[in-house]
Amino acid sequence: MKSIKKFDYYILLEKITPLIAVILALLVGAIVILIIGEDPIFVYKTLFSNAIGNRDGWGNVLFRATPLIFTGLAVAFAFRCGLFNIGGEGQVLIGSFLATWVGFTFTDLPAFILIPLCILAAAAGGALWAAIPGLLKAKRGVHEVIVTIMMNWIASSLTFFLVLKFKAPATEAMKAAGVQQMIPHTSEIAQAARLPRLYTILKALNIDFPSYNQVNVSFFIALAAAALVYYILWKTNLGYEIRAVGYNPLAAEYGGINVAKNIVLAMVISGALAGLVGTNEVMGFKYRWRQELFTGLGFNGIAVALLGKNHPLGVVLAAILFGILNYGGAIVNIYTEGRIPRELIMVLQAVIVIFVVISDEVVKRLIRKRRKLA
Amino acid sequence: MPEIALEMKNITKRFPLVVANDKVNFTVYKGEIHALVGENGAGKSTLMSILYGLYQADSGEIFINGEKVNITNPNVAINLKIGMVHQHFMLVPPLTVTENIILGMEPIKNNIFIDMEDATKRVEKLSKSMGFKIDSKAKIEDISVGIQQRVEIIKVLYRGADILIMDEPTAVLTPQEVEELFGILNSLKKQGKTIIFITHKLNEVKAISDRITVMRDGKVVGVKNTKDTNQEEIANMMVGRKVLLQVDKKEHKFGKTVLKVNKLNALNSKKLPALKEVSFEIREGEILGIAGVEGNGQTELVEVITGLRPALSGKIFLYDKEITDYSPRNIREQKIAHIPEDRRQRGIISDFTVSENLILGSHYLPPFNKGLSLNISEINSHADKLIEEYDIRPSDSYNLLKSLSGGNQQKVIVARELFGEPRLLVAAQPTRGLDVGSIEFVHSQILKERDKGKAILLISADLDEILSLSDRIAVIYEGEIVDVLDPKKTEEKEIGLLMTGSTTNKILSEVK
Amino acid sequence: MFGSIFNADFIASSIRIAIPLALAGLGGVFSERSGVTNIGLEGMMLTGAFTAVAVTNFAQNPWVGVLGAILVGILLGLIHAITCITFKANQIVSGVAINLFASGITVFFSWLLFNETQIMAKYSLPIWGFPIPIKGEGYSWVRSLIVIFTHYSPLVYFTIIIIILSHFILFKTPFGLRLRSVGEYPEAADTMGVNVNKMRYIAVMTSGALAGLAGSFLSLEQAHFFVKEISGGRGFIALAAMIFGKWTPLGTAGAALLFGFGEALAIRLQSVTAVPVQFINMVPYLLAIFVLVSAVGRAVPPAADGIPYEKEIG
Repeated sequence: MKSIKKFDYYILLEKITPLIAVILALLVGAIVILIIGEDPIFVYKTLFSNAIGNRDGWGNVLFRATPLIFTGLAVAFAFRCGLFNIGGEGQVLIGSFLATWVGFTFTDLPAFILIPLCILAAAAGGALWAAIPGLLKAKRGVHEVIVTIMMNWIASSLTFFLVLKFKAPATEAMKAAGVQQMIPHTSEIAQAARLPRLYTILKALNIDFPSYNQVNVSFFIALAAAALVYYILWKTNLGYEIRAVGYNPLAAEYGGINVAKNIVLAMVISGALAGLVGTNEVMGFKYRWRQELFTGLGFNGIAVALLGKNHPLGVVLAAILFGILNYGGAIVNIYTEGRIPRELIMVLQAVIVIFVVISDEVVKRLIRKRRKLA
Repeated sequence: MPEIALEMKNITKRFPLVVANDKVNFTVYKGEIHALVGENGAGKSTLMSILYGLYQADSGEIFINGEKVNITNPNVAINLKIGMVHQHFMLVPPLTVTENIILGMEPIKNNIFIDMEDATKRVEKLSKSMGFKIDSKAKIEDISVGIQQRVEIIKVLYRGADILIMDEPTAVLTPQEVEELFGILNSLKKQGKTIIFITHKLNEVKAISDRITVMRDGKVVGVKNTKDTNQEEIANMMVGRKVLLQVDKKEHKFGKTVLKVNKLNALNSKKLPALKEVSFEIREGEILGIAGVEGNGQTELVEVITGLRPALSGKIFLYDKEITDYSPRNIREQKIAHIPEDRRQRGIISDFTVSENLILGSHYLPPFNKGLSLNISEINSHADKLIEEYDIRPSDSYNLLKSLSGGNQQKVIVARELFGEPRLLVAAQPTRGLDVGSIEFVHSQILKERDKGKAILLISADLDEILSLSDRIAVIYEGEIVDVLDPKKTEEKEIGLLMTGSTTNKILSEVK
Repeated sequence: MFGSIFNADFIASSIRIAIPLALAGLGGVFSERSGVTNIGLEGMMLTGAFTAVAVTNFAQNPWVGVLGAILVGILLGLIHAITCITFKANQIVSGVAINLFASGITVFFSWLLFNETQIMAKYSLPIWGFPIPIKGEGYSWVRSLIVIFTHYSPLVYFTIIIIILSHFILFKTPFGLRLRSVGEYPEAADTMGVNVNKMRYIAVMTSGALAGLAGSFLSLEQAHFFVKEISGGRGFIALAAMIFGKWTPLGTAGAALLFGFGEALAIRLQSVTAVPVQFINMVPYLLAIFVLVSAVGRAVPPAADGIPYEKEIG
């Protein structure tokens, strides 16, 4: 049927607006690079070939993508209920700290208990931190945007206090390198709480992979989380109610759905997803807690969710793209001897967001116009 | 031969799905009150929107005082001394009367500040010339609808309008306010103003107008002097056929009392009393119709019964069970169905599919929900069944509801609500905004439920609908049930009087 | 002890802390009164802070730095306006994007131009007013008066003037009346011939200018340096002040002053109590949440706030 074909074309266009936005943003980036006096082609070639041209690159990309998958899912899930969870930063901090604390406190437990316990703690910490703005919104109608942002700053101070309380001395390695312990950190988590690196798994399968690469099992936890989010949203009663509230709270109420309950649940699940970042940074990488491990993750999660159109599959892909940009940006910074700051990537990401949002509206309007004439 | 103030020649305006104005010719003499009459969708609002510059005609010409004009936006219309009093008032609620009147044309002192004293003086002068007093410092959100309309009129006169367009001005007025409005209109007429009066209320046309233009389906079907015609002739021109809603209602005995509402009191969203000691009963197999002008408590009544609003006091019983203050979910579990008056806001989720909308309200129950997950195949087959039974188009269950027409969206709501054999059906404005075919469909569904012995509470602003469907009619006015009538023993006139608060047989006096 | 906390310096401190909050909050008032939510005030403030220091050091003149901050704020406001008004995108998302952009671009240019992330401001604006007499010399109440009223950066006096001006503009001029109508019921304003989009563009760009100015005060006058994320959430606290101030200039200024008292008090309490400094740091943010919770129901935003305006085209 002809009319359906025409709509399909525009619906396809709607789905590839993220790609259009990324390309436009890269163009803008190229212009900025030119203005600085560097060669955009060299920059982009370096970026992409190092990021995805070899196994080590991929490992680094996936390692950086993992926390973005978690925070991206968190933002996307909350958004499905009509909520803006800008509090990813704080939820990440609290959740990961709680996981660390469990990790270095219950050192006598075996791995098959301690690891799930730590993962649970990470999720619980984030969930708790998100429950506060969720309850304020559900019970008192306080808008969650400013509250979640304030909670970020409170979490930052709180965890800083906690890390001082649980401070561990500088490691031997740091002393040997003469590095002063500027940033406080906690003691290490028990061996039984650590997630194996991808290297160890691949080695067992006789696949070559650099042993120093940080990508670890947490990446698979992130993928599992994405699958879980998909399942919850589209295959369960809870997801039905959350999406109903997100689209039309008045109709949801009319249909017997408890709007307040679902708002809180959505925020709690969202916070739990964000908290899981701790599995990557702490359980899979540093094995101790340091505050700057987590900077910028919450806000980047928003960019990833937007780019991924608030869908778990999109979030995973968008997170990988950002992982490529992040790692590639670091490499470019080294290759240009610091002439191109890594923050260029941050700027690019923000430009991507703006373009995504604009192109979304443009396509939406095109579809609406066609529908009127059809 | 009186002067011609306005002439619209051969106006045609097409929208994507309909021709709103089809070669319309419209002439108004200076100093007359001219009624523009027709059913909903006849094209009168479109014609006037073109005159006021809100739309542009596809073809045709407009002449003001003999000169051809091109009205591209409201500012041009205002400069041509045309003023429009909209049906939905264009007043900013938190601003004062004076601020609303001067918005866009503020008097200035010292080149920077608004000269409020001057503005107030002018407003008071204008209202005095109309014969009424107005509190120029009152905020719009604090004054009654009737006074708001006067503010709209002063707004228009402040800009020097000579031709006033009034779009359904009496739709929200009490009879007292209508009489006062007519007084104002006559006063304006004496000052030489020309007034175009859009309405579909024929008794008003007779009371106030000098000439009438009747439109139907985008065309002008008649132009008459008011004193040369009568209501029946106008009605026939408007509708084109003898209007009698033919409905097949069988006589039968009524069963046990299903719904009992006892001394119900409730507040509206502004914390003012909306329901006052409302009591009534509905039996099995009975349709109780609630007749009333919108805004007299019907919305709140439906909300309290369906759990969307708390009752202040009083009780509601379903059979013998008290259900006052039940949550919407509990109400549904008691097998009470609700067709909401605002379809788009309450009744459907436009971004959900037809399947998803069809299970709203029972989505958490088996067979749709099993243990941890939804039974998607069961949900879809359920949807396919209902789509076929109710002939919902287009027939794909995965279509988003926003792509369906209003009539089909209402079918989805009706299909969903009637599935599961509700014991009580609350139907609020169930045929609003629907085409004739859909209206007949909804009516037949309601009657089917009646025949099955269900109780139905029908709220409608359409008196024809109430009269043809109801077994008993309760008239609501300012939150109170003022009378309960037998449709076979009453007629529109009596109900209309009760609806507007008169308790005696007072006929609208000829004000001319 | 009481006297050592609540003295003239305390009041002066509070005022200085309140200035950026009041300016940014005022920006929020203009923007939201016209119907556009502006979460990007934080990013506009941050960029303004950076620009002020950078331009000051290059031009060797702090006044030029302030001007630069204002212009950059207007530019970011323009981007927000285009995204939200012309493209009708989600206003909160656009605001977040601007904040992301600001965080990145400030550090980016920091590295590029200065090879550092912490840039000292080489100049700052002169203090206007009487010099503070040395303690012990002269009357103490004279000293108090000078400290409280006449010993500030010029930007402080400008802020007070801007606040009062804004009050008159918003409530006593045709521009203000039209602005408010556009934020409450744009359809009605449109039928009265008011250009809804033009008013909104002006309002949003104004909010950018004010936020940029706020940032310049932060880096040039308070901290005397720029460091990344120096805005520290003040753009959001300013929004809380705006809400508490019921979207009025005077109310917002009052709320900002309240925040100023709160933070100044917390800083002073640090030296007196055993409460760890990190908890003291939380005070402004906790205060903001408290303010928001208490404002629910009492403070009603402009009715059309956050909703893109769609003209009904025939």
